Amino acid sequence: MLIFRLLRKNLTTFGEYLILMRRSFSMPERMRMFMKRYLKEMVQLGVDSIPIVLIISFFIGSVICIQMKVNIESPWMPRWVAGYTTREIMLLEFSSSIMCLILSGKVGSNIASELGTMRVTQQIDALEIMGINSASYLILPKILGLVTIMPFLVIFSSAMGIVGAYGTAYIGHIISPEDLTAGIQHAFNSWFMWMSIIKSLFFAFIISSVSSFFGYTVEGGSVEVGKASTNAVVCSSVLILISDVFLTQLLS
Amino acid sequence: MIEVKHLTKTFEDKTVLFDISTTFETGKTNLIIGQSGSGKTVLMKNLVGLLEPSEGEVLYDGRNFVTMTKHERVLMQREMGMVFQGSALFDSLSVKDNVQFPLDVFSSLNYTDRVKRAQECLDRVNLLDAENKFPDEISGGMQKRVAIARSIVLNPKYLFCDEPNSGLDPKTSLVIDELLSSITKDFNITTIINTHDMNSVMGIGENIAFIYKGHKEWQGNKDQVMNSTNKKLNDLVFASDLFRKVKKVEMEEEQRAHEK
Repeated sequence: MLIFRLLRKNLTTFGEYLILMRRSFSMPERMRMFMKRYLKEMVQLGVDSIPIVLIISFFIGSVICIQMKVNIESPWMPRWVAGYTTREIMLLEFSSSIMCLILSGKVGSNIASELGTMRVTQQIDALEIMGINSASYLILPKILGLVTIMPFLVIFSSAMGIVGAYGTAYIGHIISPEDLTAGIQHAFNSWFMWMSIIKSLFFAFIISSVSSFFGYTVEGGSVEVGKASTNAVVCSSVLILISDVFLTQLLS
Repeated sequence: MIEVKHLTKTFEDKTVLFDISTTFETGKTNLIIGQSGSGKTVLMKNLVGLLEPSEGEVLYDGRNFVTMTKHERVLMQREMGMVFQGSALFDSLSVKDNVQFPLDVFSSLNYTDRVKRAQECLDRVNLLDAENKFPDEISGGMQKRVAIARSIVLNPKYLFCDEPNSGLDPKTSLVIDELLSSITKDFNITTIINTHDMNSVMGIGENIAFIYKGHKEWQGNKDQVMNSTNKKLNDLVFASDLFRKVKKVEMEEEQRAHEK
């Protein structure tokens, strides 16, 4: 009985999410206003995230390189293996999946709390009274903005991870720059880059739409906004991890 | 004119409004009064389409809002303006941009004319000098006035105000009341104000509907309030010593005039 009730509740929530998405993906009232909001969201959700993406990617790139060099190196392994594995990890998993998991915390809570606050302060009701499709006006630019900017964040992250690895070579002298370069250039498959970008597009959609759903449907006050923000991060993180399994299988 | 016919609102198994029928007249300040939790805000939300009535009709100059299609409703809502209890200003926009917002979305005016119209409305509420400030930089009373300016910028036929005086001092409340009353007269619109501020009732109550526990208990105007024998209404209106004394004086004067 409990399982049935839980299943019913989750299916209802999923149905509400689909209805909200249908409302969100409708023609904007004014294209000029939509473009203005779209650009604003790209800056707020994407461009403002660049510093954190670069910092994290730099240090993770360095750490992966150090770990690979210290733990994998053996006489049976070529010396370029640390550079090669660093590149593959950054490209295949870190820059798309893990970076999106981190961004689901930053961007997801931002979206949920912004929309939640607008809901409890009746700003969304004010839009509805004016005859504006508030879901389309507020949510669509966020989804499209994040989906547009996410591939760039993935590319920046991959590049910065490699820079971080070079940091260990030039500053830490853990690995020689020549070995690292040889590893990074070894058997490069450009599809991996595309795979990473395709995955990130799905993850960007999950982060923005799920967080928007939790924020938009808040009922109550500031406590509920906080809960919605937490739920948005948890739910989008879990969905990213689950979809990562399927996408990796599908795209590999 | 807005006519409400047999409106009932039920949330799951709890009925909040019971068979409400009333009329809100054009060119008058129509007040909905009642204690907190009596169903005033639910009634207003049903009128503007934020909630769906469980039963009944809402007629805007004869047009039934309840049976309208989604598109018809959107068009209808563009004839409405609403001032929310908490003002509901967009905190990312300046005062001028808040007022200009409905014009940016719906008006075909060019940018210069839109700015001019927004400034006219701000001037109407005496806030032209605050146009570049943001909502969190102005007082609660000023926020309410900005909300009023925003609600009239598209020349609405129907203006709804949900407790416009809540959280304001008596003097500022008076300014808001006078503003709403003069806007109603100047533009000949149907204004509906939710309030439990008895100063508003006595000041601008041209048509008052009293809601008690979800039922329409009484309807009349501010003069009729004074002579009302409805105990529930009197308990609300004359809850304070001041109003009880005012009523006593009024009744004594009336009696004296009668005797003469």
